Amino acid sequence: MTPRQKRIWMVVGIVGGVGLAATLALQAFQDNLMYFQSPTQVLEQPIAGERSFRLGGLVEPGSVTREPGNLEVRFRITDNVEAIEVSYAGLLPDLFREGQGVIVRGKLGADGLFVAEEVLAKHDENYMPPEVAESLRMPPLIKQVEAGGA
Amino acid sequence: MMRKLLFVLPGIAFILLAAFLVQGLFLDPSRIPSPLIGAPAPQFALPDLADSSRQVSNRDWTGSPYLVNVWGTWCAGCREEHEVLLDIARDSDLPILGINWKDQRELALRWLAELGNPYSAVGADLEGRVAIDWGVYGAPETFLVGADGRVLWKHIGPLTLEAWRVDFLPRLAGQGS
Amino acid sequence: MIPELGHFALVLALLLALGQSWFGLLGAARGRVAWMRAAETSVAGQWWLLLLSFAALVWSFVRFDFSVAYVANTSNSLLPLFYRIAAAWGGHEGSLLLWALILASWSAAIVFFSRQMPLPFRSRVLGILGLVSVGFILFLLSTSNPFDRLMPAAPEGRDLNPLLQDFALAVHPPTLYLGYVGLAVPFAFACATLLEGRQEVDWARWARPWTLVAWLCLTVGITLGSWWAYYELGWGGYWFWDPVENASFMPWLMATALVHSLAVTEKRGLFRSWTLLLAVSAFSLSLLGTFLVRSGVLVSVHAFATDPSRGLFILGFLVAVIGGALTLYAWRAPALQAPGGFAPTSREAFLLFNNALLVAAAGLILVGTLYPLFMDALGLGKISVGPPYFGIAFLVPMVPLLLLMVFGMHAAWKYSRLGTAKRPLLMLLPLALLAAVGLILAGYDHFSLAAFAGFGVALWLMGSSLVAPWQRRDRWRSLPAGFWGMTLAHFGVGLFTLGVTGVESYRIERDLSLAPGESATLMGYAFRFDGTREVQGPNYAAVEGSFTVTREGQPVTVLTSQKRLYASGGNPMTEAGIHVSPRRDLFVALGEDLGAGKWSMRLQYKPLIRYVWLGALLMALGGLLATADRRYRVQLRQEEGQPA
Repeated sequence: MTPRQKRIWMVVGIVGGVGLAATLALQAFQDNLMYFQSPTQVLEQPIAGERSFRLGGLVEPGSVTREPGNLEVRFRITDNVEAIEVSYAGLLPDLFREGQGVIVRGKLGADGLFVAEEVLAKHDENYMPPEVAESLRMPPLIKQVEAGGA
Repeated sequence: MMRKLLFVLPGIAFILLAAFLVQGLFLDPSRIPSPLIGAPAPQFALPDLADSSRQVSNRDWTGSPYLVNVWGTWCAGCREEHEVLLDIARDSDLPILGINWKDQRELALRWLAELGNPYSAVGADLEGRVAIDWGVYGAPETFLVGADGRVLWKHIGPLTLEAWRVDFLPRLAGQGS
Repeated sequence: MIPELGHFALVLALLLALGQSWFGLLGAARGRVAWMRAAETSVAGQWWLLLLSFAALVWSFVRFDFSVAYVANTSNSLLPLFYRIAAAWGGHEGSLLLWALILASWSAAIVFFSRQMPLPFRSRVLGILGLVSVGFILFLLSTSNPFDRLMPAAPEGRDLNPLLQDFALAVHPPTLYLGYVGLAVPFAFACATLLEGRQEVDWARWARPWTLVAWLCLTVGITLGSWWAYYELGWGGYWFWDPVENASFMPWLMATALVHSLAVTEKRGLFRSWTLLLAVSAFSLSLLGTFLVRSGVLVSVHAFATDPSRGLFILGFLVAVIGGALTLYAWRAPALQAPGGFAPTSREAFLLFNNALLVAAAGLILVGTLYPLFMDALGLGKISVGPPYFGIAFLVPMVPLLLLMVFGMHAAWKYSRLGTAKRPLLMLLPLALLAAVGLILAGYDHFSLAAFAGFGVALWLMGSSLVAPWQRRDRWRSLPAGFWGMTLAHFGVGLFTLGVTGVESYRIERDLSLAPGESATLMGYAFRFDGTREVQGPNYAAVEGSFTVTREGQPVTVLTSQKRLYASGGNPMTEAGIHVSPRRDLFVALGEDLGAGKWSMRLQYKPLIRYVWLGALLMALGGLLATADRRYRVQLRQEEGQPA
């Protein structure tokens, strides 16, 4: 082979290799894209049960319950319009509190219960995940007021 | 020629990236400008939450700057910002007018009794008529009204000390009072 | 008064930075020696002024001056002295001031240590660095002034975020910034080369030690951050592919590529325009990282103060600096000619592959980091890219990179020749695979193909890096420091791979609910929960859970984990209990009182995790050794001998 041919082969090798790497990575990319939904969006257009997604909102005050001694905790995540019941068996982050913004990652069951694999709370006192801040701008509905009075 | 083009490519890629970043910068939802900013604040007269025989109106407060805070006990974001409002009420002499939006009287009163009352006066807006005048589309929202009765700023979502420091205080300083 | 002094010094520093760029660039262009000297004087003055400014800020912290808004926001009267000083860079404004100071320090170091460079070239380098400095100081003064006063003064500060009250995190940002900002130096060298249209490649030799130092600081900074996250966040993870972590990792990958490509440019005069582009990109990515972190365009758990006006400023700065450099590149780089070629398995070829793979990894991570932003900008919904993507995107280019490294270390320049290293390398492969099997059988309960491959490659690489020193064992003393640096760094890569493989393949994490007296068993270790007690710290109160760990009835250790509440208020914090040994870490984190006498807790078994950080530190140490190479020092001495 002449040096020129060798160079051409090398370039082909590099482009091919990088292309293969990119293809593999993009494949992984497709599988790992995770959508973010607010409780209202979940009820309007639920994401199929086998796919994980992220649900964000505020932990509804007074909704955190657990059986004494049991690791599993239940709470509702709300965007002030709708609320989704969430179950999580594991350690809650230090910054998890009622009335605070959180994002949970997991799957929605057929019974409407969201089973979380991970709970993320904000790191900083003054910080609210932007997605959550945005989902909170939903106008309140009358039934919400009624629920508040019940 | 082709070779030269190759060297321009990084620059082009960067321009594309920068364009996206500019757009990304302005996505922050709480920065949607309100048409109300700079306009005269809408007048309201609402029954006093504590004593519905009396009226709360922002007309009584014109002449000096004041805050209008829209809240409800059903709103978790309001709970989150409540301590900030208490701090503001304690540390400054700026009056805070509350608009209790689509709420129930007893619940609202109990909320104030339990958590503390940062408001100089609270009007009960049960039907949400006033909130429509003010262009409110979610609680909490907080308006800063200047001494001349014009809206200086509108904050969407829970108020934070950071927002108070960055968005409100400088505008208030321009009021000279 | 002191804060105003700091503010004033900052304004003067801005003027001197302007002088530095003006005299540096124009002096070189017009060949005026006096101007070029003036640029150097400006550097020195700017450094002293920034040091004064920073000292004024630290002073305000030490003296509890809560009339300074930044001090009131990031410290309080209960904060111990060490953390009060560290709090000076614990927030946005102060850390930016530190940036500016570090940048000025790099400029000053160039004035002192790079006397062998021709004056006009050095002047241009300083001029470019001056421009960057102007941008940073303007940013400080216009949007992020750390000396802003609070009227009236706050009676008490808000406290430094408790997460940041930690030794590693106090040291982590300055180290990281040293690396981030250090990348401005090769950037300035590249710009100066392009400005001069320099055909010689001597700039690569001058830039190498600087790049190495910046790279090793970045390495140490990232490692400290990872170590901190591991024990302080209470989750026991060492890397989260968080946007902020990615923002530091992408420049690292580019800088690693640059360190290697500079070698080719210096020794063989090849890859010239490519090396220049890498130098520009590495610093660009470090600026981009700053933008992403400080502007709040990306969701991240590391929320720094976020503010669109700041974002806009950095973006403008980004466009000016990177756009300017890339325009210069498009204009001047095509004229650079590469002499001669090289054979397909020569050292050049291996380093070319190294560069391609590292850049590909950085690119894939960039795509994953920015993709949510693109989707959002196009109105296609809120999306996040899960960590598994980054895992794969990183692994795919890394596996071939590791395999190529085994041979690349021994390849000769220009020709396809592995020489005497070929046989030992091939003999090492079965040995490494055998050792990998042994490691798995001896240490773990199941066989995993991924672990086998990972251990095998890691051990092969470690062995391979020792082949060259072994073959030259009779003349160790005469081997250059650069050679030892390379050996150590590549051995570190192997050790790092070993650690990552171990943790990723065999880690065990369990969230449990236990009552005092109950135990749980992980990998043969029995953890008995002994209950909780109240503990009082200097500025916090805590509940402490203690755990007795035994293995086959033999006591191993007693671990304690605390749930702390800081006096300044805010949220609780978890302090994990960790037991370290060469084989594994045991990790316990106390959760919360679940009622009925039970507590939630997380128990973890982390095999070989220490080697992740140890490997990274060896890489940095290798970089340090290479910087000490005689070739760079001799030049300095020669220059000292000459009349100035």
